[in-house]
Amino acid sequence: MASSSLKFAIVGGGLAGLAAAMKLAEAGHMVDLISVVPVKRSHSVCAQGGINGAVNTKGEGDSPAKHLDDTVYGGDFLANQPPVKRMTDMAPEIIYLFDRMGVPFSRTKEGLMDFRRFGGTLHHRTAFSGASTGQQLLYALDEQVRRWEVEKRVTKYEGWEMLSLVLDDHQVCRGLVAMNLQTLELKSFAADAVIMATGGPGMVFGKSTNSQTCTGSAVAACYLQGARYANGEFIQVHPTSIPGEDKLRLMSESARGEGGRVWVPRDPMDARKPKDIPDADRRYFLEEKYPAYGNLVPRDIATREIFQVCLEGHGVGGENQVYLDLTHIPADTLTEKLGAILEIYEMFVGDDPRYVPMRIFPGVHYSMGGLWVDFEQRTNIPGLFAAGECDYSIHGANRLGANSLLSCVYGGFVAAPSAMEYAKNVERGSSESNGIHAAELARQEAINQSIIKSEGGENQYKLHEELGKVMTDNVTVVRYNDRLQATDDKIRELQDRFSKISINDSNLWATQAIPHARQLKNMFELARVITLGALNRNESRGAHYKPEFPDRDDENFMKTTVAEYSAEAPVLSYEPIDVSLVEPRKRDYSSKKAKA
Amino acid sequence: MTTNGHIEKKRLENPPSTIKFKIQRREKEGAPASWETFAIDYRRNLNVISALMEIRKNPVTVEGRQTTPPVWDMSCLEQVCGICTMVIDGKVRQSCSALIDDLLVASGSDTISLAPMSKFPNVRDLKVDRSKMFDHLKQVKAWVDLDGSYDLGPGPHVTNELAQERYALSRCMTCGCCLEACPQYGDDNYIGPQAIAQAHLFNMHPTGKANMEERLNGLLGDDGIGNCGNAQNCVQVCPMSLPLTKAIYQTNRDITVEAIFGWLKK
Repeated sequence: MASSSLKFAIVGGGLAGLAAAMKLAEAGHMVDLISVVPVKRSHSVCAQGGINGAVNTKGEGDSPAKHLDDTVYGGDFLANQPPVKRMTDMAPEIIYLFDRMGVPFSRTKEGLMDFRRFGGTLHHRTAFSGASTGQQLLYALDEQVRRWEVEKRVTKYEGWEMLSLVLDDHQVCRGLVAMNLQTLELKSFAADAVIMATGGPGMVFGKSTNSQTCTGSAVAACYLQGARYANGEFIQVHPTSIPGEDKLRLMSESARGEGGRVWVPRDPMDARKPKDIPDADRRYFLEEKYPAYGNLVPRDIATREIFQVCLEGHGVGGENQVYLDLTHIPADTLTEKLGAILEIYEMFVGDDPRYVPMRIFPGVHYSMGGLWVDFEQRTNIPGLFAAGECDYSIHGANRLGANSLLSCVYGGFVAAPSAMEYAKNVERGSSESNGIHAAELARQEAINQSIIKSEGGENQYKLHEELGKVMTDNVTVVRYNDRLQATDDKIRELQDRFSKISINDSNLWATQAIPHARQLKNMFELARVITLGALNRNESRGAHYKPEFPDRDDENFMKTTVAEYSAEAPVLSYEPIDVSLVEPRKRDYSSKKAKA
Repeated sequence: MTTNGHIEKKRLENPPSTIKFKIQRREKEGAPASWETFAIDYRRNLNVISALMEIRKNPVTVEGRQTTPPVWDMSCLEQVCGICTMVIDGKVRQSCSALIDDLLVASGSDTISLAPMSKFPNVRDLKVDRSKMFDHLKQVKAWVDLDGSYDLGPGPHVTNELAQERYALSRCMTCGCCLEACPQYGDDNYIGPQAIAQAHLFNMHPTGKANMEERLNGLLGDDGIGNCGNAQNCVQVCPMSLPLTKAIYQTNRDITVEAIFGWLKK
């Protein structure tokens, strides 16, 4: 190792983590990359739509300034604007870089990159690669980082899960402790700086559109050790997902765009096949309530209405599902316009949506909140950085489509130089020898042992189901203060019952019981941050909606929620927002455009 | 049954009240394998993953014996990460997209068998270690050799036809189905279709082409492309419908061209 080369640890190998790893390796530094799954299988693969960047190839006069405006407006003026500006300014070069890496972006007939339109903008700003842009971008970075792995600058620890940070006596981050998911071996990773890039916490809600690895557990570990968590209550719920026993799968908004109609039978227990139910016995509740926009009301409104209908017991079969019906459109038209997404439905449900109405329900999709970071992706813990969905910095109260892939790469590209700058100047001290690593390893080993020895008959998977249900019922689309309070009471009851779990796996080799138990314990903490953040925010803004407080309240709540851990309950405070670039205005998609 | 052009999928009539899962168990690599059978209540719209989740909650065999929960890998559950691949009723595929109704209709039985892939080290139960597949990607240098990740403007012009052809190969999720089905693959004797297809993906790219010779060299060793027996099983089982045999054919052709004309460049 060259004397000038520094040592970094990155947790998470999705787009943000790989972007940071590539930058650090390229600068000549050493990286330990820790990931619960082989990095090529990270959740970034699930993104379909595309990546935004105002490249302006269509003669529309698009610009990064317009991209900035769309993003902060779509986010309902809760994001600090300078980092958003930096991201939208950087977006075109990020897209070009992926082009150079060989991502097979869809092209125009001239052989240039093609761009399409996405939600919340009037411009063709979204580069895409078939219907799997996230997969293609992730693979491109995976390939580049593999190159650095061959050069021995990057060492991958795949199948390892981060458990905690190693902090010195001055609360400076000196590395982390991770667990090998096969052997349960614990290992401490010394580092000059640590970058968190672990994605969102969808599993807190039991079922979501997220991958099973998106537990938020590593981020919760940072929070428990003093990292601030911001805007936890802002959870994006997508209106149309396909409910499954195992997860919720996304059904693209384009199904409604092409004329899909949302309805429920007037009698939820109507035993007839959907096509045998006459119009008189159907309730097209969006069309009834919003005659002007019908099924194409904005995403948050559609989500709220579908949710409410089911909560009141009017869902199909009394369950959490409504029909999204395309069967009135000729099958050939549907195949041509929606082929790929209809295949996904058929693959997982078994029905052909061209002939049988789809059953859909809103699904938890994305967390706008996450670790608090400053404009250089630094958390409040010296030596700890964060990037991607696990940081809160870009999307405010609501994220626009195709901005997530961009914010992941942007976050990684800012976190890496920022971490280098920090590491160059940090006092090393004798952190390796003074026992802090050994002490943290012992503390984590004791937690494992306490879980192994725990008795009392509670089942960890059933506790997780209960958590998911209460969070989904009360802390997603429509929020009431009494139910939020009851939810926090329930979470504390679950935490109490968690102390009485019995692990049902006597074989500790590659066991999933202990990792899951540790994740669940951490998920309870994030669940409290999300729930109490929502309870305290008495307004409606973006994805956060309270019927008791239906309006946005800039005077009291145009502020970042900051949660800090204490044993009793998260301590909440509020931080003013930098709105120096775009004057806040009312967000209103009902009329064509209310532009500044 | 056809109505209005709609070919309805064969439905599971009179589903059984319970379904059984015969699962191959192994405590750890090198330990002997055995089989255990579990039963769960039938519900519509189950897939193999949701059945495994149900079994994991309370792992009791049909004989009423408490056992350890089966271990398997899962992540995206949308058939795009590749991790949950296993052998289901004798066929290698992803367990997230294996619907119980379809499996029961196909087998006419009330029992579904689950086994780990056989071509990779079996970590435990249904979990395998596919790290070798990623090593193969290093061997063929499956990447574009960038000068650097700083801002150098857009990449080369590429026709949409070429982009689409490359996209088809770029969807490979390293799941291992092609290797499991390949009669030639095993015991390190053959690199297999996935790595050859990824080499071709970059050999087709205007910039990637520059390193074609290095990539082809990675395919000329003892475990190289010459071991393909043209059984064409790979292309049958690929869940992403990659044109694997075409990629092998074209790579062979590139090797021939390189062998004949390569000396002209020297």
